[in-house]
Amino acid sequence: MSIPRLDRDDEVEQLPDDIAKKARSLLFSLVRPHMAMSIFLLVIVILTAAALVIGPIFIADALDNGVPRAVAGDTGPLLRAVVLFIASAVASAVFAFTSTRLVGITAQKIIYALRARVFTHIQWLDLSYHEKSTSGRLVSRQTSDMESVQQFLSYSLFDTALALLQMVFIAVTLVVLDVPLALIVFAGFIPLFFITKAAHTSQRNAYRRTRTSIAKVIVHFVETMGGIRAVQAYRRQPDRRNTLRTEDTQYRDANTDALRGVARFAGWTRLVGNVTQTVIIVVGAWLVIEGWTQIGVLAAFILYLRRFYGPLDELVQAFNLYQSASAALEKIAAVLDTDPEVVPPDAPKTLPAHASGQSAHASAEGSAQAPSGRSIDLNHVRFSYGDGPDVLPRFDLRIPAGEIVALVGATGAGKSTLVKLVTRFYDPSEGRITIDEVDLRDLDDAQLRQSVVMVTQESFLFAGTIADNIRIGNPDAGDDEVLAAATAVGLDPYIRNLPDGYETDVKKRGGRLSSGQRQLVSFARVFLANPDIVVLDEATAHLDIPSERLVQKALATVLEGRTAIIIAHRLSTVEIADRVLVMDAGRIIEDGTPDELISGAGKFAQLHKAWRDSLA
Amino acid sequence: MLIFVRPLLRFWPDLRSRIGVYILVLVLTLMANGIQLVVPLITGYIIDGPIAHRDLPGLWWPVIGVLVIGIAEAVAMWARRMIVAPVVSNWEIVWRARLFDRLQYTSVAVHDSWESGQLLSRATNDLSQLRRFFAFGLPFLMVTPIVIVVGTIMLTVLQPIFGLIMLVMAVPTIASVAIFEKNYRLVSRLSQDTVGEITTEVEESIQGIRILKSFGRSPWAAKRFSLLSAKFKGLEVRKAKLDSWFWSFLIFLPTLAQAAIVAVGTWGVVQGWTTIGTVVAGVTISMVLRMPIEMLGFLLADALMSLTAAARYWEVIDIRQDITDASGGIADDPDVGRYRGELVFDDVSFHFADTEQETLSGLDLRIEPGQTLALVGTTGSGKTTLASLVPRLQDVTGGTVRIDGTDIRDLPVNELRHLVSVSFEDPILFSASVAENVGMGSPGVDDEAIWAALDIAAAKDFVSRLPEGLDTEVGEQGLSLSGGQRQRLALARAVIGEPRILVLDDPLSAVDVDTEDRVQRALREILPDSTTLIIAHRPSTAALADVVAVLDEGRIAARGTHDELLETSALYRELMGASATVGSATTTRGGEE
Repeated sequence: MSIPRLDRDDEVEQLPDDIAKKARSLLFSLVRPHMAMSIFLLVIVILTAAALVIGPIFIADALDNGVPRAVAGDTGPLLRAVVLFIASAVASAVFAFTSTRLVGITAQKIIYALRARVFTHIQWLDLSYHEKSTSGRLVSRQTSDMESVQQFLSYSLFDTALALLQMVFIAVTLVVLDVPLALIVFAGFIPLFFITKAAHTSQRNAYRRTRTSIAKVIVHFVETMGGIRAVQAYRRQPDRRNTLRTEDTQYRDANTDALRGVARFAGWTRLVGNVTQTVIIVVGAWLVIEGWTQIGVLAAFILYLRRFYGPLDELVQAFNLYQSASAALEKIAAVLDTDPEVVPPDAPKTLPAHASGQSAHASAEGSAQAPSGRSIDLNHVRFSYGDGPDVLPRFDLRIPAGEIVALVGATGAGKSTLVKLVTRFYDPSEGRITIDEVDLRDLDDAQLRQSVVMVTQESFLFAGTIADNIRIGNPDAGDDEVLAAATAVGLDPYIRNLPDGYETDVKKRGGRLSSGQRQLVSFARVFLANPDIVVLDEATAHLDIPSERLVQKALATVLEGRTAIIIAHRLSTVEIADRVLVMDAGRIIEDGTPDELISGAGKFAQLHKAWRDSLA
Repeated sequence: MLIFVRPLLRFWPDLRSRIGVYILVLVLTLMANGIQLVVPLITGYIIDGPIAHRDLPGLWWPVIGVLVIGIAEAVAMWARRMIVAPVVSNWEIVWRARLFDRLQYTSVAVHDSWESGQLLSRATNDLSQLRRFFAFGLPFLMVTPIVIVVGTIMLTVLQPIFGLIMLVMAVPTIASVAIFEKNYRLVSRLSQDTVGEITTEVEESIQGIRILKSFGRSPWAAKRFSLLSAKFKGLEVRKAKLDSWFWSFLIFLPTLAQAAIVAVGTWGVVQGWTTIGTVVAGVTISMVLRMPIEMLGFLLADALMSLTAAARYWEVIDIRQDITDASGGIADDPDVGRYRGELVFDDVSFHFADTEQETLSGLDLRIEPGQTLALVGTTGSGKTTLASLVPRLQDVTGGTVRIDGTDIRDLPVNELRHLVSVSFEDPILFSASVAENVGMGSPGVDDEAIWAALDIAAAKDFVSRLPEGLDTEVGEQGLSLSGGQRQRLALARAVIGEPRILVLDDPLSAVDVDTEDRVQRALREILPDSTTLIIAHRPSTAALADVVAVLDEGRIAARGTHDELLETSALYRELMGASATVGSATTTRGGEE
């Protein structure tokens, strides 16, 4: 048995120890391109905070100086104070307008960049990662976790800065007003420091738990809705409901803990603020009574104190959004931190030009006119998953340009593994694979994918129209090329029957196309892609015999001169093959032309006989 | 206005079930906010009283008052959050469970018409938005206007003209609220729908990764995705711009009112119709009122996003359930009666909801109890549709499907699904052990029965070699199996417990001919009593069936044994790849090209 023993998802989920640091450096790398804007924003925020803090000074001035002078007949100072106050109001409104707008735009730019980065990275990760990971988990990284980061960036970053700056300005004002009283206020920071530190630890854990548990909920949701046919046919609803409840209960408890952590943090913070206020009143009153401080100073102190501790609530809120966002950012950073084992080359090489001087991709319209096969060489190739047992023990194989090879053997014989090596979904553990003498590991990725195309049994449709789906083969193809490709594989008559023809929306996962029709879509893609090397892994499994014949006929034309590797259980494929390879337990046990093998006494002769009998 | 908030009002039953706690939350919110108005009064008293009179002992009571109020405020704040946390966290998962359950019982056709991401984003993003709203937005939205009104009344009592100033300021405030509300609601809906599109795109990019990779289309997918997220960015920026207008208004207007109070008040002092103390108190109160007014902007935006989230939630809950028991719901575990297993399609027609074109039209087909019928037909002839009618994954649009003479629509859905066991062309495995996956159709089966089913499906050998045998985790979160292995597990699931009626939709397309042959024979020998409808592409499958039916143009074009049809039906010969020479396929290399 050659099935790889893969890691469980939980292990994939495990976060490295230094993940908090990685999350921070991720955040920094996201903000860095907006450094100039950030500095400008900081200036705006400083001005906003200053305008907000300075306002009351003009009011005090109006009351303390303006009124007595006005009573005395001089309305100048009063008018000046009121006008200045209105000016400060206008300024703070304008600054607030500017900063909200710019912060919003910048935050969206950052999120946009992060989304793109994560999306591209996940696409870049190799197949072995995707086979270990669940789709729901990667979806949750890009949706739920992303939302958390967005919440923080768009609502809190600005508030945090504004609140902190307001506190700084007020602190300065307090020191100017009265040093001893200011010291009492600052003493309040000692308990606040410890409260924040404790909250930091407990909240970080709570928020990490919410991120992990919501991901599990999403995994379960995605799996259930994706397999809804089986859920309903096998009456799994109660069972699925129970699992959701179990997963969601974990999430609810984590969420409750996180929110209660906020409650304690906010409560203690407020208590410290209010006790400080009381102490200020007592000490302040005593200082005034003893004549060491003026009464106006105390009044201003109390007014400012309220405003000093006021932003604390916002800071508490922002602190928690930050905790939640950083837990999410850690999860995202962990994905970004994973490197594929199959990496594109640093110094990519290109394939030599075709002998005929004609590039396969240059002539998009004539899929059949440009015979352009390339040779494939596997030298001393060995493959195993990690340190596991060999799936493919060391072997050599040469497929000359233009040869059509049929690969046969029982399930688990290693056929799919072999083609995954040729298409570079995996790299061999040992040895090298070359196309026209260029090592796959050195080959430019775009060219590799243009040159080698694989179609599998799984024929996934993307949201959009049928034409869009066929165009996956070549996004630049015109309508006539799409039509030609669909006609070649016999898909055209079905499409014409659909409500909107080629513009029919396939909706969710092609609910309206049968699996056979979806496979025809996959073939039409190959026609458009026009590759040098075609790999078909059970690509005709869902087709009825006439459709398969039609596809094969079309293939026989399109494969003319190209190199092809075809895996199929139905040996009708062999009809178009120049050569047959029989695999067993990872080894190639027979190799020859179909006629040689059929007339021999080996495994293939047996298989072929069984297949012939099955046709009767 | 009321009609717009209807989606939120519909949560009233949930609110009512915890109304005691929620009222307590409102009271605590009011307390924590209202206290802000009291403290200035006490500090004013301290300044005018004990300090002015240099009366140190006179400080005690007011200071204790300030301390008590301060502690009360902190406690109210703490208690409000402590109490509301478990309530809203629970609501979120209750709502998700409802959404999930609604979707679990919604017919496959409806599922197919929704983008998967739209469902997921409603179940996660929208519900967490609602959780936040019920935790913070709603209590503050209810309390903040009260604080503003009380503050305005205090101002009016102090000096009627101050109250008037506040009222005058209310006019532009309300006007800006109205403009903001309309625009923001539109953008918010667009934005949240786009979140759904993004979710779909993300899901597909991961589920279709093999196709994207093998065609080298990852850059193309990334471009498509970035266009979509640019659209989302644009909408969020529009929201931020609306926010910036609104917020700056809400900062400016109250400050302007304050300036007016100062100006008018001091003018009054000069004129002698008011006192400086009144002006100070007025300014202090208007200062306290600034915070709640500024907060209105955030609260309103939050409420509008929650409104959108609620509307999106109810859209799913309101999906009409079209395949149900007579009661209108679906009982999970109805009694299962005894049936012989005669399956009859009587003048059956079917068309998809969005087209008039019939996939099946006037189809008649009868399968006797215990009979095995192979259904053949070209790609897209409607075989899978026909198979999906039997367990009522879809309903006929004309005619009836009957089991032992009873219209299947008169049976409880889950009794029918108990009688009918299905295996799909795309094998669906869940993240669970092999035993759980195979035994899920008949809970409580023992390992022996599971092994027997695996044996029929020719899966015994490979399962016994799995690392943990029956307990090996498979599905997305477990071991990767090949297509053929997955198909055989799905088949074992279908045959376990000797189902009355077996519907097999091309169950072995990914296995080799040898294995298929073994499975076919095992099915006949071990399950002779099960009525079987098997969709087949290969002649060998058809040959083993008691009878074969050819589906063409939405009806049964021919029916007979494999040999009979090879003689009589040209279409059948073509389908079996034997069009030129009848019965001579054995002597050629698999038919002619």
